[in-house]
Amino acid sequence: MKAVPERNLKTFFSDAIRWNLRGSVGFQIFRILLFIGMGVGIYAYSFQARYGLSMTGMTDIVSWGFYISNFTFLVGVAAAAVMLILPAYLFHDPDFHRVVLIGEGVAVGALVMCLSFIMVDLGGPLQAWHLIPGIGLFNFPSSILAWDVLVLNGYLLLNALVPAYILYSHYMGRQPDERKYRPFVFLSIFWAFSIHMVTAFLYQGLPARPFWNNPLMGPRFLASAFAAGPALITLILAIIDSTTSFKINRKIFNKLRLIIVISAIINLLMLFSEIFKEFYFPTHHSISAIYLFFGIDGHNSLVPWIWTSVTVNLIATLVLAFNPGKNNPKVLLPACAFLFVAVWMEKGIGLIVPGLIPSPLGEIVDYLPTWVELGVTLGILCLGITVVTWLIRTALIIEQRYDQ
Amino acid sequence: MISQKKDNPPTIIEDVLEKPSSRRSFLKGASIAAAAGSAVLATGCMPGGNTAASGELTLRWQEFFKKNYRIMSQEEKDETVERLERLAKIQDNIDVQIGSDPPIENVLYGYAFNITRCEGFMECVTACVKENNLDRKTNTQYIRIFEMEPGQLDPSTGDGQYFHKVPVEDKFYMGAQCFHCENAPCIKACPTKATWREPDGIVVVDYNWCIGCRYCMAACPYYGRRFNWGKGEVPKEEITTKQHYLGNRKRPMGKMEKCTFCIQRTRRGKLPACVEACPTGSRVFGNLLDPDSEIRYVLKHKKVFRMKENIGTQPKFWYFID
Repeated sequence: MKAVPERNLKTFFSDAIRWNLRGSVGFQIFRILLFIGMGVGIYAYSFQARYGLSMTGMTDIVSWGFYISNFTFLVGVAAAAVMLILPAYLFHDPDFHRVVLIGEGVAVGALVMCLSFIMVDLGGPLQAWHLIPGIGLFNFPSSILAWDVLVLNGYLLLNALVPAYILYSHYMGRQPDERKYRPFVFLSIFWAFSIHMVTAFLYQGLPARPFWNNPLMGPRFLASAFAAGPALITLILAIIDSTTSFKINRKIFNKLRLIIVISAIINLLMLFSEIFKEFYFPTHHSISAIYLFFGIDGHNSLVPWIWTSVTVNLIATLVLAFNPGKNNPKVLLPACAFLFVAVWMEKGIGLIVPGLIPSPLGEIVDYLPTWVELGVTLGILCLGITVVTWLIRTALIIEQRYDQ
Repeated sequence: MISQKKDNPPTIIEDVLEKPSSRRSFLKGASIAAAAGSAVLATGCMPGGNTAASGELTLRWQEFFKKNYRIMSQEEKDETVERLERLAKIQDNIDVQIGSDPPIENVLYGYAFNITRCEGFMECVTACVKENNLDRKTNTQYIRIFEMEPGQLDPSTGDGQYFHKVPVEDKFYMGAQCFHCENAPCIKACPTKATWREPDGIVVVDYNWCIGCRYCMAACPYYGRRFNWGKGEVPKEEITTKQHYLGNRKRPMGKMEKCTFCIQRTRRGKLPACVEACPTGSRVFGNLLDPDSEIRYVLKHKKVFRMKENIGTQPKFWYFID
């Protein structure tokens, strides 16, 4: 055995970078692809920086589009980490304890994407400092957007610092002091619910938009997030299980499946309740829903979108619930992927765009994202995936060494 | 003093050296390099090396770090107005007069629209576009006129895109613009307090403080706000040069704007451009606190109503029937 090299905070970071620069050829190609994706994003954003948001498909009527849609959905993915944190720390579930760091890594990646989507959506990103309390003018507590800035950044800090402390302790070869991090874990559980409720209130609090001004919005956000988020985490765990030496207990997949199924069923139930309210006795507050599901006067660009989403969502939920392959991953994993995509379609574009159509004065226009929006979105997704892989790779190496 | 500065714009170094060293000027000076970076980012081109360009850079740097208009002292307001006038001269070679007139005491503006008289000529729209230097490229308009079927009173049932000879028999016309609500959802929504209600009732936007998140736009129940998606374009000879900081001055790209009841005119005792332009006399504007004003007469003697009263926004804009 070689002498154990000196370890401190500096080597913690340098080791993390070193481990991430190494890897198999396939892993390097994956990294390069992510970098190319980010390059595309920067190239697309350069047009937006020069010519403004006129490069996007948004207009005075549909004033939020693809960026805010993705932001809204990803808040849910970030919040879903709580579905691992809750059993791991609160109920001391040993299976979840083993993978909780992965969930927190996914949350950090999702939050980085959320904040990036907000930044690229701003008309004046150079003025974003006006939001910083102290130097700027923060409209707190009146503006829900101000709340959202606080809760998102707070959640990012919690989800980055608690795992960082645990990992650093493991890296130094000692047991982390539970008294030190436990209060923050409880705070982050509360906080996870708050980021999603606050983001829902962002829309829910607008009487100008009847499609959003709906008390079910917040709870439905949570239900869809607790279905889509764990579905994504299941997929990531399956990838880790098959490509690394870090093996994941089968029991975790079963428990996650249970969480996904329950949340997805609650989500569908609430969707049904919303559809009933809009279509049993349609009022002029139902025009957005009619536009979304059936189209109005030939404006029907979202109709195939939402029906695809609802159908896929329904089938994936049924497959996960009835488990026809008897726990065969070749059935369950695609079902998770389809469920994730279906919720993304519905909680993203399917929620944001029809809320703005028709305009408060009754005008109907369609919205289609431009190549700039798609390019920037690709870039941000690649950034998020990069962050997640860096964090998880570091975490897994440290955990495996600590276990030995 | 002002003309002297205009004739001989100081270089950056002079500017930094001459000013007394306070925290503020230190911040300004210490980050000239960053200013160059942000200027390049904003214009997409490198400025030339002459003194006019470096003077422009200093001005833009000072503009970048100024406060929200609402918390500026009168001195700071005068400074930023002067900077903006000089920038207009340097960038567009145009002489503008930007006012910072405060609200007049004991004035609360109100607006009334006669739906019996309006015949849909849209002279108001044209006058508004001209007066407020609205972007001609995207055809931005603060005022919308809807052609309405009899029996309806909600503009969302009307036709806002009509293009034919008016008036059409058996139709009537309804205008909509920012209603300057007393309980405005847009003000509540703004995360940076970049939009607020002035003491004379005008809801304004600080174009420089706005970050362009468009939450106010989503919150407005009347479609009263417009966004600068790209760079606004107004032919030089058509620019209205009598401007106000909160009104018709040049709006930066990526910022919100809206009807200001022509703040540059009304705070100097004139009528808004739309009221002046209306050929049928359908538009009434005045001081709600003056018992002898025309608007008070209309509110007292005509049958009036407001749009979407159920939301509780309390617009300062009434419709009335003769």
